Amino acid sequence: MGFEAVIGLEVHAQLATESKIFCACSTGFGAPPNENTCPVCTGMPGVLPVLNRKAVEFAIRTAVATSCRVQSRSVFARKNYFYPDLPKAYQISQYELPLAVSGHIDIERNGTTRRIGITRIHLEEDAGKLVHAGAFAGAQTSLADLNRCSVPLMEIVSEPDIRTPEEGGAYLRRLRDILVYLEVCDGNMEEGSFRCDANVSVRPRGQKEFGTKAELKNMNSFRNVEKALEHEIRRQIELIEDGGAVVQETRLWDADAGVTVPMRGKEEAHDYRYFPDPDLLPLHIDEAWVEELRKTIPELPGEKIARLASRYGIPRYDAELLSSSRLLADFFEASAAAFGGNPKVTANECIQWKEAIVAGRLSPETIAHVVEDRETGTISATASKTLVEAAIGTGKPVRQIRDEKGLTQISDAGALEAIADKVIAGNPKEVESYRAGKTGLLSFFVGQIMKETRGKANPRMVQEVLKAKLG
Amino acid sequence: MAAIPVHEWTLLDAARAVREREVSSRELTRALLERIDRMNPRINAYITILPEQAMREAAARDEELAAGGARGPLHGVPVALKDIFCTKGIRTTCGSRILHDFDPPYDATVTGKIREAGAVLLGKQNMDEFAMGSSTETSWFGPARNPWATDRIPGGSSGGTAAAVAAGTCFAGVGTDTGGSIRQPASLCGVVGVKPTYGRVSRYGMIAFASSLDQGGPIARTVPDAAAVLGVIAGHDRRDSTSVDVPVPDYLAATGRSVKGMRVGLPREYFAGGLDASVRTAVEKALGALVSLGAEGVEISLPHTEYALSTYYIIGPAEASSNLARYDGVRYGYRTEGAKGLIEMMSRTRGEGFGAEVKRRIMIGTYALSAGYYEAYYGKAQKVRTLLRRDFQEAFAGVDVILTPTAPTPAFRIGEKVDDPLTMYLSDIYTIPCNLAGIPGISVPCGMSPDGLPIGAQLLGRHFDEEAILAAAAAIEREIPLPRVAPEEG
Repeated sequence: MGFEAVIGLEVHAQLATESKIFCACSTGFGAPPNENTCPVCTGMPGVLPVLNRKAVEFAIRTAVATSCRVQSRSVFARKNYFYPDLPKAYQISQYELPLAVSGHIDIERNGTTRRIGITRIHLEEDAGKLVHAGAFAGAQTSLADLNRCSVPLMEIVSEPDIRTPEEGGAYLRRLRDILVYLEVCDGNMEEGSFRCDANVSVRPRGQKEFGTKAELKNMNSFRNVEKALEHEIRRQIELIEDGGAVVQETRLWDADAGVTVPMRGKEEAHDYRYFPDPDLLPLHIDEAWVEELRKTIPELPGEKIARLASRYGIPRYDAELLSSSRLLADFFEASAAAFGGNPKVTANECIQWKEAIVAGRLSPETIAHVVEDRETGTISATASKTLVEAAIGTGKPVRQIRDEKGLTQISDAGALEAIADKVIAGNPKEVESYRAGKTGLLSFFVGQIMKETRGKANPRMVQEVLKAKLG
Repeated sequence: MAAIPVHEWTLLDAARAVREREVSSRELTRALLERIDRMNPRINAYITILPEQAMREAAARDEELAAGGARGPLHGVPVALKDIFCTKGIRTTCGSRILHDFDPPYDATVTGKIREAGAVLLGKQNMDEFAMGSSTETSWFGPARNPWATDRIPGGSSGGTAAAVAAGTCFAGVGTDTGGSIRQPASLCGVVGVKPTYGRVSRYGMIAFASSLDQGGPIARTVPDAAAVLGVIAGHDRRDSTSVDVPVPDYLAATGRSVKGMRVGLPREYFAGGLDASVRTAVEKALGALVSLGAEGVEISLPHTEYALSTYYIIGPAEASSNLARYDGVRYGYRTEGAKGLIEMMSRTRGEGFGAEVKRRIMIGTYALSAGYYEAYYGKAQKVRTLLRRDFQEAFAGVDVILTPTAPTPAFRIGEKVDDPLTMYLSDIYTIPCNLAGIPGISVPCGMSPDGLPIGAQLLGRHFDEEAILAAAAAIEREIPLPRVAPEEG
């Protein structure tokens, strides 16, 4: 019997605001413990939260970019539980009435488009961090660092529309790219600013009802999400095929062992006693604000990929690689505009030098000049790599480096013919063997010319000249 | 004025005398500190007294005045705060063991405004633990006593503040009112107490009991004194999202307004069973005073009144159960000794740090918010709250203010109701609907019981119409002269 998986993903994205969601403390990463705190985010008696407008703006822009409907009224609620990293003993989140609902993201897989629904987007605050002194098990003391307390998070919940781990990965990457394009989140999964939990169930193909789901946590990279989903789907199918049943529970992904392990069962689930936070008024968002923010939405990854592929005639795969970063795609377009040769070559260069480009250590002119010089035969492919590396290192204009290092190649047909004549005259035996059919000797002649020109001859032209002369 | 002892002066007289340099702030402050020394052992109205600090502040105010500058309307005037308002570097206990040693690193907005107005802070006043009570008997620091009869309760939860004002130990105090905690003790101690419109006074730094009901307000010996203090503490605060950006009118001027033509609503539900005869008589006298000045009494109905108490005892505890969850011994306040493990530390800290009434309300509130019960309790209570609010809206379409008793009886004896929470809760039956509706209310003295105990009348007004209730209360005060400082041998 064939099974299919039903997967829904919950993403927690840390918003790239400068200050926290309910106080003016910095969200900066890497400050000494408890430096970025104040009476409000440490839950002192009598303090009150004040909502950060920027965080709301970021959430609205995300909602618009994922075709969600922004609700005119949403409500912050308290999620109550005791834990030392949660100083108020409740987390302010949105529960019954989230900021936005009913959106979607399109992902392209093997030439077809899949639409993954988005159930809701809501805002909430992060908790602090505990550091356990000594080994985790049996640690005698724990230290609390509340710097992360009240850092704004946006939770994006997908519909259970995802059917395979690869689709899950593609959805996550696309969502991450959208958030990064919008500059609302840095998208860094390893540092925890983009976190993902998954709800997974399996059902016999053709069945409408969902199977019993397990919730997966602790997956800290895209690859790990895919691996955890693969493992969990296999585990559930095997369980059912062996006559067992999936139990509703929360499971942790153990990346080292490559397995998911039970964390807590349904009966251990907390009663969070949600209720509307009386310290915050309902959040009213009018249509005019949404429309104003809609104008700030840049071209998004899906549109960009399609446009680059069609406008520049480059392969879709290249367009995807270029669009993985808004900066890289812009750089590519600037380079292509600076030299109107074959965009495919420009695309290759941009992909090759992505790291330096994203780091801001290359200018579009550098790539344009290199591509142009290669097309005119002024430099070789090898020289091109040397030149770009030197440009990254020194910051000098690439053509200046080219001339200083003498990396121009000889592409003057007349000059090359003269050298070829000289080489042919100097090696009669080899010429004879070549003409007798030992055509492999061509590389010998090429080598001789390269030696004569100290490697500056245009190799393609050298071959052409030699072939013509040796007949 | 020399004939009247300093502790009996009104706040406005004291402020004028300092401003006109007839008396120094140091003289006033010293006189009141001496008064506190004499009276506090009898009434236990203060948890923390600040003699050195108050004298230093008074000296600074005197210097500022000599240099030609008064800070504001309360310049050099000694006042005190209920121990629920955070005071930077000054212990703020909320009447609880769990905060018995808590020194806030910040001032509440009210604290800041009192200081900016130039007032001198004498101390922090006793209260029911976390403002949960109607008698100030639940304080970890022992019960406060009514200066009119020290075997009786001063009311609560702002009982320390009302007792302190009635005993002449400060010119005014700021209390908080969640279900009557300013008005009921003001009534029982024969002083004036104002619960402003929800959102009128910032809650920032005011330790939360029930966030959607809590509101700070003045307790003073006269209506104009209370109006002056209200003018200082009212106003929008960015740090409190529920504070409202409505201009602060001249409350003092409102106390001089005529009540001629004012329509005074008398809700029949507030004059039904359970109302003490002496209280009824006194409140009727207050109505008579208003009518004699040209106001008109109108019988009205607030039909959902009977549901107010049960609604309040769902919403208040529900919010409290969440607000008080932060007191877990992790970062500040009381922490139990020798606990093994986190859960034991938190459980024992809370078990030992909170008193019985607070625990009772945390449990009621936790239950009311639990999965499966939320709709039946909290959800239902919110709906009833809307109906109560509508009752008032409809009533105010026909009347300008509503007149009721503040409390059903004069002050009862210490210990009389402390073991019977339901009877105790009934003390607030007339004050609670006002908090649920978010409207302003005031209690003004209007008579004495045959036992010589003060009785207050309550006036309720439209949202942000404190002026109407101040005008009516001031009129009653002028028409029914009563002693405002309790006799020494109460």
